[in-house]
Amino acid sequence: MNPAIQGLITIVLGVGGCIAYFYLSNQFLDKVLFPARGANAGRNINRANMIRPWLFLFPALFALGLYLAYPVVETLRLSLTDRDQGGAFVGLANYQQMFSETKFWEAMRNNMLWLIVVPALSTAFGLLAAQLTDRIRWGNLAKSLIFMPMAISFVGAAVIFKLIYDARPIDQEQIGILNAIYLGLGGTEPQQWLTIPFWNNFFLMIVLIWIQTGFAMVILSAALRGIPEETIEAAIVDGANPFQIFFKIKVPQIMGTIVVVWTTITLVVLKIFDIVFAMTNGQWETQVLANYMYDKLFRASDWGVGSASAIVIMLLVTPILVWNVYNARKEMR
Amino acid sequence: MADLIIRDLVKTYDKTEVLHGISLDVKDGEFVVFVGPSGCGKSTTLRLIAGLEDTTSGEIEIGGRVVNNLEPKDRDIAMVFQNYAIYPHMTVRKNIGFGLRSSNKSKAEKEKRIEEVAALLDMTPLLNRKPSQLSGGQRQRVAIGRAMVRDPAVFLFDEPLSNLDAQLRTQMRLEIKKLHQRVGSTIVFVTHDQVEAMTMADRIVIMKDGHIQQVGTPQEVYHKPANTFVARFIGAPSMNMLAGQVKDGAVVLAGGNAVPVPVAVPDGKKVLVGVRPEDLHPEGETSLLEGTVSLAEPLGHETLLYVETPSGEVISKADGRTPPGVGARVALHALKENLHLFDAETEQAIT
Repeated sequence: MNPAIQGLITIVLGVGGCIAYFYLSNQFLDKVLFPARGANAGRNINRANMIRPWLFLFPALFALGLYLAYPVVETLRLSLTDRDQGGAFVGLANYQQMFSETKFWEAMRNNMLWLIVVPALSTAFGLLAAQLTDRIRWGNLAKSLIFMPMAISFVGAAVIFKLIYDARPIDQEQIGILNAIYLGLGGTEPQQWLTIPFWNNFFLMIVLIWIQTGFAMVILSAALRGIPEETIEAAIVDGANPFQIFFKIKVPQIMGTIVVVWTTITLVVLKIFDIVFAMTNGQWETQVLANYMYDKLFRASDWGVGSASAIVIMLLVTPILVWNVYNARKEMR
Repeated sequence: MADLIIRDLVKTYDKTEVLHGISLDVKDGEFVVFVGPSGCGKSTTLRLIAGLEDTTSGEIEIGGRVVNNLEPKDRDIAMVFQNYAIYPHMTVRKNIGFGLRSSNKSKAEKEKRIEEVAALLDMTPLLNRKPSQLSGGQRQRVAIGRAMVRDPAVFLFDEPLSNLDAQLRTQMRLEIKKLHQRVGSTIVFVTHDQVEAMTMADRIVIMKDGHIQQVGTPQEVYHKPANTFVARFIGAPSMNMLAGQVKDGAVVLAGGNAVPVPVAVPDGKKVLVGVRPEDLHPEGETSLLEGTVSLAEPLGHETLLYVETPSGEVISKADGRTPPGVGARVALHALKENLHLFDAETEQAIT
């Protein structure tokens, strides 16, 4: 069968199934379980109305339970067992083993680096772009150009940047723009940028900053527009210069939004996997936690240590997630 | 403390001219109110004086200095905005002190100045609050305090009271007037509310479509309006305009009544006779015109009568206790000195 037709059938079945579920379950509730007639009509209507919300909640709860809650519990269980011993309970042995590996600590260190550098620079560049493109004629064009990387997948962006960092032998034309510039500025030989330990982390981070700046810019741009124009004019009359207006009047007024943008990007960074996987695969000291987990789980087939690292990632994400939701709610009020 | 002189001020946005050569002298310590319907250019004029917009042509002089090419902060002005424009992230103290940052006073002196201003505005207990913890009237006072703290030569107010409720507006109106008497600085105040203009101003500037219609004291603009626009704009309800033609030194109205007029007008000229509702009563000596009461609005101490006459519907004020009922025939009377005469074509006053 043609895949397009298969897709169509899937959509029809899926949507139809949803409609059928809601229609039939409500019918069952109203007609069979608690019919609105007979001696207890009033009581039955009240009971049906108490149950009805759960009918609507059930599909979402079920899906979340199956695909979110269950995997978390299962991962936690797996992290306490050992595959080589047939899945026997080994307590915290996996964690012990993981904590003694240098590669794990390398991943932890790199993740922390990512965590500081990427949200900070993305937010800063986003704010800068939002401010500079505000109220100028070609501002919207500039904004859409800066936003465009958001539409590119992480792997796609990684491939693009691999080309930028590409190195050819010295006697050939350099197709990597970084090496072309480097040689043009008097460098002696082409560099394999991604293999230079420590600094190569930053070459990877640039990819994510390139993508996330657009996101930060769009949100912050909207926030900047929301600042009452009169407070800025009042500051001008009060004698503030453009820098003071930006840092003392504008930025404090959108601080809440900046925090939300910062934490949202932090969440993306904590889960960073694709870029490292596609560009270096954790070699040359660029390992990060998510890629470490993937290595253990699917390459070394060691579900114990792999699950243990997954739990570590989850523990790191949770507080930021809570903080983020808290802030976003505060912003909405 | 300084006077403010505006000469032939013109402002265009793209191709549209919104101010057509405005000239005005404001004396030192004077309270001048710009009033007019929305879109008349009064706020634009204020923003030009503040330096928030560039002048297209013309000159603005503050304290003997031409300020056209000066930044707002160098013009020795302070502005109070309609929506208060206080900084929401700063305490009242910091809001008031923001304008002092660039001055080279010592920290203690600045603190003292802030305390002074706060005391003047009765805000000392509120100094450490955030704007979100203040009421509308308190916020407006913070905005005024922020303007006062730098002791500017000219205060600019851009409809500062229009966001307040009626009672608070009356109260703030008084407070600003008292403040002016105490501080004695030059104030330019923009409003669309003629009551505000009448009660606060030393002189009123009435604007329409980018032109100044009349400049004068509240008494002058009320008793001697320069044209029909000013006559209708000042006073509520508006002045009645009765069309007529001059014959033998009297104006003959549509109903046939002849009204003697004090000034000499050539025979045959078409004129408008203006009479304010408060000068037009159902009882009195000289009858101006007759008609039927179509509607009555009791206001307590007086009643507004809408009277159908041959000259159209006119509004008259009657005594509040025994007003004529709806449908009654009434003769309306007015004193000769309370009539205003306008040229029907140019709409300018004939004096």
